[in-house]
Amino acid sequence: MEVLARLANLPGALPGACAQGLIWGIMAIGVYITYRILDVADLTVDGSFGTGGAVCVMALLSGYNIWVALLLALVSGLLCGLVTGLLHTFMGIPAILAGILTQLSLYSINLKILGKANQSINVDKYDLLISLRWVKEWALHNPVFMVILITAVVIAILYWFFGTELGCGIRATGSNPHMSRAQGINTNFNIVLGLMVSNGLVTLSGALLSQYQGFADVSMGRGAIVIGLAAVIIGEAIFGRIFHNFALKLVSVSIGAVIYYIVIQLVLTLGFDANLLKLLSAVVVAVFLAVPYWKGKYFSKPVSKKVQKEDETHA
Amino acid sequence: MLDIQNISKTFNPGTVNEKTALNNLSLHLNEGDFVTVIGGNGAGKSTMLNAVAGVWPVDTGKIMIDGTDVTRLSEYQRAKYIGRVFQDPMTGTAATMQIEENLALAARRGKPRTLRAGITKHEREEYRELLKTLDLGLEDRLTARVGLLSGGQRQALTLLMATMTQPKLLLLDEHTAALDPKTALKVLTLSAKLVAEHHLTTLMITHNMKDAIKYGNRLIMMHEGHIIYDVSGEEKKQLKVSDLLAKFQTASGDEFANDRMMLS
Repeated sequence: MEVLARLANLPGALPGACAQGLIWGIMAIGVYITYRILDVADLTVDGSFGTGGAVCVMALLSGYNIWVALLLALVSGLLCGLVTGLLHTFMGIPAILAGILTQLSLYSINLKILGKANQSINVDKYDLLISLRWVKEWALHNPVFMVILITAVVIAILYWFFGTELGCGIRATGSNPHMSRAQGINTNFNIVLGLMVSNGLVTLSGALLSQYQGFADVSMGRGAIVIGLAAVIIGEAIFGRIFHNFALKLVSVSIGAVIYYIVIQLVLTLGFDANLLKLLSAVVVAVFLAVPYWKGKYFSKPVSKKVQKEDETHA
Repeated sequence: MLDIQNISKTFNPGTVNEKTALNNLSLHLNEGDFVTVIGGNGAGKSTMLNAVAGVWPVDTGKIMIDGTDVTRLSEYQRAKYIGRVFQDPMTGTAATMQIEENLALAARRGKPRTLRAGITKHEREEYRELLKTLDLGLEDRLTARVGLLSGGQRQALTLLMATMTQPKLLLLDEHTAALDPKTALKVLTLSAKLVAEHHLTTLMITHNMKDAIKYGNRLIMMHEGHIIYDVSGEEKKQLKVSDLLAKFQTASGDEFANDRMMLS
């Protein structure tokens, strides 16, 4: 009975979970760009997510317009990606380590930007784009609608960008760097560019979250990479077989993040110890990452006769 | 067209693994030369091609392509002048991208990549026609991922990609070695056809001495990082495998025994 009574609270918590999931979904799309397209695990995000929040809140507190604040947050992300990219390509540091170095240094930088561990921003005094407070209102400024709108714009721009010559170069770099160089693609430049685009999305997402929750915190990005990976993996597990179009794949990442937050909400509602949440996230992501590997190793089916024949006739 | 002047390359200098892969190598190719390259394992054949392609900088010497000094240019910058096909069919194409996207990437080799469309409608039609010439049925699978193709199909596609922009130099690095004999013959025939059609200056490494004699107008044999035998024209046409084996023994004082060249 106690469980049922707790579950009754869930519907009330759902809009909040959706809003949070959508906001983190934009970050997850950034993770998708590095992890899936560029084939680099970029750990910068744990730091840059907080940078986005910090820059946005401090810009607003300094009296800048909300759009200027978002733009500044976006630019700060481009810079974060540029640093990791240069550490990796120009200084020859392995990508994971380059990301960790940037992430660590960003902790200090975030502290410097904020001036202290956290800064709050009052929705009554500042003209915010989204806020937790409006999450149950049936209006455009409801964060759920607003973030869906922003996500749609982001996906549209990315869809266009990765279809251009430049975007195709980034995809080729991630798919086969050797071939890319042989085809005249500057792979180092493309890795840096991809990291910049990715972190731009991450800081944008951080900026939105800081408005949503009404404060920015130096460690608000801790574990972001895991949430991003979880969203990517959940999205692929559910929609991988039906979504083949690039834009739809990005949509599935966003939905993956929403599902992640709904599940977290559900687990919390059922009385799970909130202190163990990060452990739970890590375990879930580890298992999901292992499944395709196990599938290939222990459950691989022999190639079907039909496919073999087709190959022979085409060879 | 290609002018290699006294290049040397030593890997892992100053360590126990030190290996002089290229030793003061010079080679001049005239426009339209189709040169086959043979030599034992570790002779420096692939190293020479990689030096020309700019995979890493050479220690000494100079490389000119059509009068341009490319010695200091990086791999992607040299790609403007060079088409390449590799031994491993996986290397030459982007497996997760579509056939048409791979072709579009190759079509833009040597041109600045901008925010224009990565592939246009007009190009798609062009590629369909181009793929028809392969006669592999790929013209109906323009949007299929290259990872789904067989090794032979991928090598044929890589050949198209390497030659479609009329490169000044075509580098074929044992590009049929990983294929079964029947497919290898198809790909070789296609290579010879494309080279003739576009009148391409070509360097082709092969470990098959019959192929080395059959294709091209010139043959070079490498050993320990330099060229030990260079033959062209009528003299090359008269060559036999036994001649090459004898040549190798006298020039190097070595035997081909146990080397995989014996097997082919």
